[in-house]
Amino acid sequence: MQIRVEVNGLRIEETVSSRLLLSDFLRHQLKLTGTHVGCEHGVCGSCTVTVDGAAVRSCLMLAVQVDQAKLSTVESLAPGPQLHPLQEEFRKAHALQCGFCTPGILMASLDFLGRFPEPTREEITEMLSGHLCRCTGYIPIVNAIERAAPRLRTSP
Amino acid sequence: MKPGPFIYTAPDSLEEALELLDEHGGEAKPLAGGQSLMPLLNMRFAQPAVLVDLNPVPGLDGIVQRDAQLEIGATVRQASFGASPLVREHIPAAATAVPHIGHFVTRNRGTVGGSLAHADARGELPLALVALEGSVRVASHRNGERMVSADELFVTHFTTSLSDEELLVSSIWPIADNDWHFAFEEFAQRHGDYALGMVCVGIRVSNGHVSDARVAVSAVTDRPVCLDDAGAALIGHAAVPDAAREAGAMAATAVDPHSDLHATARYRRHLTGALVERACLVVFEAAS
Ligand SMILES: Cc1cc2nc3c(=O)[nH]c(=O)nc-3n(C[C@@H](O)[C@H](O)[C@H](O)COP(=O)(O)OP(=O)(O)OC[C@H]3O[C@@H](n4cnc5c(N)ncnc54)[C@H](O)[C@@H]3O)c2cc1C
Ligand code: FES
Ligand code: FES
Repeated sequence: MQIRVEVNGLRIEETVSSRLLLSDFLRHQLKLTGTHVGCEHGVCGSCTVTVDGAAVRSCLMLAVQVDQAKLSTVESLAPGPQLHPLQEEFRKAHALQCGFCTPGILMASLDFLGRFPEPTREEITEMLSGHLCRCTGYIPIVNAIERAAPRLRTSP
Repeated sequence: MKPGPFIYTAPDSLEEALELLDEHGGEAKPLAGGQSLMPLLNMRFAQPAVLVDLNPVPGLDGIVQRDAQLEIGATVRQASFGASPLVREHIPAAATAVPHIGHFVTRNRGTVGGSLAHADARGELPLALVALEGSVRVASHRNGERMVSADELFVTHFTTSLSDEELLVSSIWPIADNDWHFAFEEFAQRHGDYALGMVCVGIRVSNGHVSDARVAVSAVTDRPVCLDDAGAALIGHAAVPDAAREAGAMAATAVDPHSDLHATARYRRHLTGALVERACLVVFEAAS
């Protein structure tokens, strides 16, 4: 099937088989390997991307379902050498070690902070329940998101 | 972990979706938010020949107030349902159940209709619909529309009374009178996990006394059920902690949960009582 989709600001047209997962479409067909794949059944959160602004599990969507949609993957956060405020706070807070979970958490946080610009630590923790990190113990991730929140409020 | 082959269809109208289901019978599966169906496809626990994607079908994503009820379209996302001012004002117990459904990201995609049609005994929305005495609107190509009460809808874990050709079009949530108060409580080992126990309690209070009550539980049963004896135990009593404890004790004896890796039957029974007691205290507080 033919799909037209905007990925990280670029309009593309691609042919995909109907059973191709969105995560595999991004990684294998578009070579956007920033989106990670851990469990392929919706549990780990590492494949999270945004579709029309809403964070979703890309392993639980079909590529054919994003026809006409606007997608953002972790690659969109820093097109140049300048890191996105979220990424910068993650780096400062040591919120990643191996980095496997990070792309998913960044994309979920982007949507989350857009809708809940002043979250409590508890709300951040609840949001993170959908993301498995085997390295950090989560505390630095909560810290990073907490510190990024005011920066995202001021930068449009 | 990739789905087997299927024919993907994206109907542009409800009629077309119903025709596809009628034509393919048990070979076709509706695809809503995909948060339960896609894992099943990825693991090949399910291999339908045809997927009927409900996401492009117009008219299924509305939240409408009609007299004393809210009608929620099948593909309304769980996140939109929980954030809707109409839902929060008129059926607050359902709104408080929403944050327990999976996670922030899965709720962006998962739908109200999908949660109900999936009929997981640990599902929050099936329990809320039973406790609030709601119903669903169901349609099929051959037989048109019919209404099914929540109580008749849920048969057992993962099973509803809908046939393969039928689509759940919307759910109907009655708006209770002002003297009714509801509370939803659940316990899961980690936030967003499937609950070990969940309850939804409603009471009507007049002059400090309970004049009517409903105690519904799930996760410890194979489908959401109202425990009539526990509800009856509250009626006529003052809304005080003793009555809450009594209702909890009745609920604990009324259920017959199973043991597994996550908890023993005894633990689940105790949990049911504790959750009912806690929910009663919340509604008593709200009523006073
Ligand atoms: C990590 C994770 C955690 C989760 N935790 C919870 C939880 O704690 N509580 C909970 O309740 N759920 C939980 N879920 C499942 C929830 O997210 C799903 O959204 C819900 O169970 C199904 O809704 P859906 O819209 O995603 O439906 P789908 O997955 O698209 O469909 C589910 C089933 O219902 C059928 N169906 C869908 N819509 C209709 C319709 N309108 N008419 C007839 N049949 C239909 C489909 O054919 C399929 O068989 C979790 C999921 C994940 C991935
Ligand atoms: S790979 Fe998608 S949630 Fe784990
Ligand atoms: S940094 Fe390694 S899994 Fe999170």
